[in-house]
Amino acid sequence: MTGVPDTTPEGAPEDTVRSTAADTAESTDGSATAGVARAAAPNEATGETANEAPGPARKTAEVRRRGAGRPPTRASRLLQNRWAGLAGLLLALLAPFVDATPYALSVMTSAAIFVMLAAGLNIVVGYCGLLDLGYVAFFAVGAYTSGVLATRLDLPLVATVPVVIVVTVVAGVVIGAPTLRLRSDYLAIVTLGFGEIIRITANNLDVTGGPSGIYGIPGLAGSPVAFYYLTVVVVALAVLGAARLGRSRIGRAWRFVREDEDAAEAMGVHTYRVKLAAYIAGAVWGGLAGVLFAAHLSAISPGSFTFLQSALVLMAVVLGGMGSVPGVVIGAIVISILPEILRDLADYRFFLFGVLLIAVMLLRPQGLWPARSKEVP
Amino acid sequence: MTQLIWNGLFVGSFYALVALGYSMVYGIIKLLNFAHGDLYMLGAFAGFAILGAVGGVSSSMALPVLLAVLVVTMAVTGLAGVALERIAYRPLRRAPRLSLLITAVGASFALEYGMRAAAGADPRVYPLRLGGSSLEVAGARLTLAQLVLVGVAVVLMIGLNLLVTRTREGRAMRAIALDPTTSSLMGIDVNAVISRTFFIGSALAGAAGVMAGAYYGKIDFLMGFLIGLKAFTAAVIGGIGNIPGTMLGGLVLGLLESFGTFWLGGEWRDVFAFGVLILFLTVRPTGLLGERVTERV
Repeated sequence: MTGVPDTTPEGAPEDTVRSTAADTAESTDGSATAGVARAAAPNEATGETANEAPGPARKTAEVRRRGAGRPPTRASRLLQNRWAGLAGLLLALLAPFVDATPYALSVMTSAAIFVMLAAGLNIVVGYCGLLDLGYVAFFAVGAYTSGVLATRLDLPLVATVPVVIVVTVVAGVVIGAPTLRLRSDYLAIVTLGFGEIIRITANNLDVTGGPSGIYGIPGLAGSPVAFYYLTVVVVALAVLGAARLGRSRIGRAWRFVREDEDAAEAMGVHTYRVKLAAYIAGAVWGGLAGVLFAAHLSAISPGSFTFLQSALVLMAVVLGGMGSVPGVVIGAIVISILPEILRDLADYRFFLFGVLLIAVMLLRPQGLWPARSKEVP
Repeated sequence: MTQLIWNGLFVGSFYALVALGYSMVYGIIKLLNFAHGDLYMLGAFAGFAILGAVGGVSSSMALPVLLAVLVVTMAVTGLAGVALERIAYRPLRRAPRLSLLITAVGASFALEYGMRAAAGADPRVYPLRLGGSSLEVAGARLTLAQLVLVGVAVVLMIGLNLLVTRTREGRAMRAIALDPTTSSLMGIDVNAVISRTFFIGSALAGAAGVMAGAYYGKIDFLMGFLIGLKAFTAAVIGGIGNIPGTMLGGLVLGLLESFGTFWLGGEWRDVFAFGVLILFLTVRPTGLLGERVTERV
């Protein structure tokens, strides 16, 4: 609750007022949500994930925050640069000129799809602080929906996208509505169970092809290179969209919920609705990534949608820095490319990932490339 | 019918045993220990290693040997649980809950794939198999092995319940569950009690692991994942943090699964179990015996 003294309008530091001037249009309607989301901004200055613990906890929290409170180093300022995203995109677009073997293209396309997954999970885990351990379920729902429609009804893959969006929204509501009212740790397990439900269901049903899955899914573009470019563009839009969402009014509400749900509730944020929105947004991102995945591999089977996959996406988000878009993108690229480089260590790979996850949480909980709020100087 | 009930109770007693550790840890420090199912796996492998070191066991000696291995394994997994708490969870006890949960996921991952690196990815066949004669009771076929395993589970659970409700140690645990800060002011060594709670919970999971290995005959490094989920389901059904409730929840889940399998077919068993979990969280998140807790701010 360290942020509470700052939430009174009189006590708000000057810079908060300045940052809020940008959206005067919103403040004229005097809605409580907007005011509250803005009040959360001082907390953002620290880049801390949450500091709800009062009393004795505060000391630890302050120690923990020390690293994040430093002025940005040159590397992180480079990352914050508005051109960084563009440079990254350019890099992705130029990559096929360096190496355009089918293998390299396939790895890069997979990496791009993985980036999209991580950007989606970042909305849920990074912005809103809800731990989703079955994120791959939405990926599977998207891939299977488009795959089944495309192969059974002979639809082009693009035509399935609206259906995929509808289905993933429904899936997000079905799983989110009952569980988001509960404590956050229940959500983690329920999503884990949900991921298993989806996988086992896909494994058992006839329409999904059972254990062997669906094959012969039409592609989205003629050649692998064209598909790679298409993927990069779609993923770039998705990442940009996620980043914009995070900076929007609902994005501020998400971060407020993450920082202190009770304070958010007390300030008039409809926390349940806001959390559900984050969950649904994450679901749609995952579903659309699933369409890309189906188009990329042209065959999908339940084996692609195990808990391992969910854990890897989570790892990318945590490693990169929860809530930080550039961090998450880099984290996703690292997590998806690293196994290709370290083929020799294949046996120890996931063990190392697990250890890495613990180490990051213990030593650098804000991630390697943490989020720094733009709302403070 | 009676066969279904017996099968349900048998599987349910396993679930209950694993769920107890979950529930105890959750009750005391409000942490969902994702790695708990992997301690069960660790127990199965520890038992496997010990049995392998002992060498061949004649079938007449199977039960006494199994009980001895059980005790050793419980010590091993108990210590592993303590180490896990010390390394991964204690430094983060005051950190945001999300970090703790993510750490637990990492721990689960590290245990699973560490075991895979150590023991290989293929399932191992347990060197000791409980066969034995079967008898009919009221139309249900039960084997001696099943009876013994259920007996062991019941003894462990009763022992645990006595420990928690009747001893000083148990009182300390309950005090910490209510309020750790005040407990430490009252002279309770909070860290030590939490360590011992982890020891007991992990030892129970390890015991269940050995028993499952000996009964089903096959173990692999991912065997803990599903049972961890099921145990959580059992804990939620009964009321997480509540020990008699958790035992009840395990048995209820076992019965539900047994009947669900009968009605829907074996391939839908897990879907059915998780469906029940989601239903319970929607309708009665406190579980059958849990009390409504208001979250403190």
